[in-house]
Amino acid sequence: MPKPMPETPLLDELESGPWPSFVSGLKRLAASDDKRYAPMMKDLLGQLERSYETRRGYWKGGTVSVSGYGAGVIPRFSEIASEFPESAEFHTLRVIPPAGTHYSTAMLRSLCDVWEKHGSGLIALHGQTGDIMLQGCRSENVQPCFDEVNELGFDLGGAGAGVRSAISCVGAARCEHSCFDEAKAMRLLVNNFLDEMHRPSLPYKFKFKFSGCANDCANAIARSDFAVFGTWRDDIQVDQDEVRAYVARHGRKWTIDNIIRRCPTEALSLNDDDSLEIDNKSCVRCMHCINVMTKALSPGRDRGVCVLIGGKRTLKTGDMLATVVTPFLRLQDDADYEKLLDLAKRVMDFYVENALEHERIGEMIERIGLVNFLAGIGAEVDPNMINHPRTNSYVRTDGWEEEVAKWTARKLAEADATAQAAAE
Amino acid sequence: MALQRRPIESGVIDPLPFMHPLLRRNYGTWKWHERPRPGVLHHVAESGEEVWTVRAGTQRQMDVYTIRKLCDIADAFADGFLRFTTRSNVEFMVDSADKVAPLIARLEAEGFPVGGTGNSVTMISHTQGWLHCDIPATDASGVVKSLMDALYHEFTHAEMPNQVKITTSCCQINCGGQGDIAINVQHTKPPIIDHDLVAKICERPAVVARCPTAAIRPAMVNGKPSLEVDESKCVCCGACFPPCPPMRINDPVHSKLAIWVGGKHSSTRSKPTLHKLVAAGLPNNPPRWPEVTEIVLKILYAYKGDARPYERMAEWIGRIGWARFFELTGLPFTKYHIDNWRGSRGSLNTSAQVRF
Repeated sequence: MPKPMPETPLLDELESGPWPSFVSGLKRLAASDDKRYAPMMKDLLGQLERSYETRRGYWKGGTVSVSGYGAGVIPRFSEIASEFPESAEFHTLRVIPPAGTHYSTAMLRSLCDVWEKHGSGLIALHGQTGDIMLQGCRSENVQPCFDEVNELGFDLGGAGAGVRSAISCVGAARCEHSCFDEAKAMRLLVNNFLDEMHRPSLPYKFKFKFSGCANDCANAIARSDFAVFGTWRDDIQVDQDEVRAYVARHGRKWTIDNIIRRCPTEALSLNDDDSLEIDNKSCVRCMHCINVMTKALSPGRDRGVCVLIGGKRTLKTGDMLATVVTPFLRLQDDADYEKLLDLAKRVMDFYVENALEHERIGEMIERIGLVNFLAGIGAEVDPNMINHPRTNSYVRTDGWEEEVAKWTARKLAEADATAQAAAE
Repeated sequence: MALQRRPIESGVIDPLPFMHPLLRRNYGTWKWHERPRPGVLHHVAESGEEVWTVRAGTQRQMDVYTIRKLCDIADAFADGFLRFTTRSNVEFMVDSADKVAPLIARLEAEGFPVGGTGNSVTMISHTQGWLHCDIPATDASGVVKSLMDALYHEFTHAEMPNQVKITTSCCQINCGGQGDIAINVQHTKPPIIDHDLVAKICERPAVVARCPTAAIRPAMVNGKPSLEVDESKCVCCGACFPPCPPMRINDPVHSKLAIWVGGKHSSTRSKPTLHKLVAAGLPNNPPRWPEVTEIVLKILYAYKGDARPYERMAEWIGRIGWARFFELTGLPFTKYHIDNWRGSRGSLNTSAQVRF
């Protein structure tokens, strides 16, 4: 005789309405009496209903892992296991999806089959950090489940004070705004730090995110320690016939109000013949005009990335947006990608050596100052790193001549390099 | 004893074998796109090949039956491939415009709303909540389900001035992102400490160090080593709770919900912004949190009615000003809206520019 379904009058209210209901899904699993997870999901529903009644959570952490790894499994033990014994252990396996979260149905079905065998049948696609979350595994099933998932080709993601799983936007796979190979960069960087992901030993968590352009579909700037954005150095590519076609279709007033005037640096002007004039020196690569006139405009050809460091959410000193540390790094051939990896290694080394326990890199930079961080990773200062120079005169400037000499030498070297490139 | 299997540390795997062949063939060579209708994207590659993407909402927390149903749809209509967006929408790619309508019909028949593209309200990015987290004051999936029911029309249509991204978080650590509208827990009372358990469970110096306002200090209570909280300094953030569960911050009545607006990740037009507090003190009221939905809709429709095309929430408020925002939304403005410490001067109005 199968265990009866729990009474869930509060959760039942979340089965009505047009949006797909997670409660209906939980119930489908709980009602699958031919499956070994049905009793577990019945008790899970019972405990969740209890939370809805009392407005309290009932999970506590613990220590569960797979052989060789110190992260990737989120242990969950119930505080009210005596009442809901079947879901007493309800651990999550964080599984790294293919970059860009592309799936073949064959792969996704295999994953479902393995998870039905070892776990609850409940999967989040995806967690906030970008993992496939297999939620609801008993302690004794964690290792066999991982072994099978691992043999399918998937690895576990991060947790705790280590490198976390990353996210990249759809990017080059289906977007003309993409300014670099997001998946390649993500795999290169994250896979270089797998030791820091699987055996976490950093001061605190460290997240990479990759967005192909300033639209930031990967939410990198506010949610990652190391945010990589696609951008370009040369001019926006313009097809003036398509500009005229756009103006003809939408009208001058619309074009002026919604494209020309929306340029944040007034770099756009509509000519009398309805062609577009762009002051590329003033353009900040914000993407607005390119987003709107997708046929007429595209990013330039000299593409690369802008790297920002230090974004995070609230704990513990408040939300932070990442700030510019590398204004531009050309990212086209493999040697360029190696330079990005080298930057990530220097950043990670400095973070490991200098951050306090439980301090994110953004908080560390706030504590020690951007200039000291730049010196620590061997990066040069650049006006693109600031909104404006300092407004406070209380600073010791007796190294001024030396710093000016460095700047002058850099500018001369850059001019030489440009001249040489032009000569070739 | 059998030798333990060594893990294959494959990390992030190559997406190419799992990518729709059209995307694989035209990787990095897309030329332009358009949005023929809500929920559909049409991309054209340099090669001349075209792909239509149909986007649909999901419940994110999915049972294997739902996932297999999505696989069935992908097998029947989309060559056996699918992908997910960062906001848990599912996407199917097809190679001709004719295949779009039958795919939409099937998705809708199976209960998956088609939409979430362009200037719509897309799926809410949400955290784990009571279903699986060890520190939440509220649920996430239930709040999101309730809100998406109310926002169904705005997901399936594209009638907003620009895209609207909503996020939720179930504690004040806030693992949700920045949102045009964000619904976050806001505790209002200091933790209640279970002094019998502190010494057994907690590494006390680590808990002291975790407090952002240095309000926690070691203390002997009833002859046992424990911790005490200076309640005049405590900001009720709950940062002490994860490393020390006896610091009970969650409370069925005093853990409230707050609404924040104007967060923006993109650097498009204006620079990215953090969201700002506009309403607090809302009851944590399962199963449908009606008080939250009411205020979210109030803000959303004030924005929809007043913002100009392409203005995100933050840009709209930047143009009309906060005085007009509170007037249009009918939300009360209180002393709690003013950030009140030395580092907050940047949020004050240092000009003679005022609005009436």
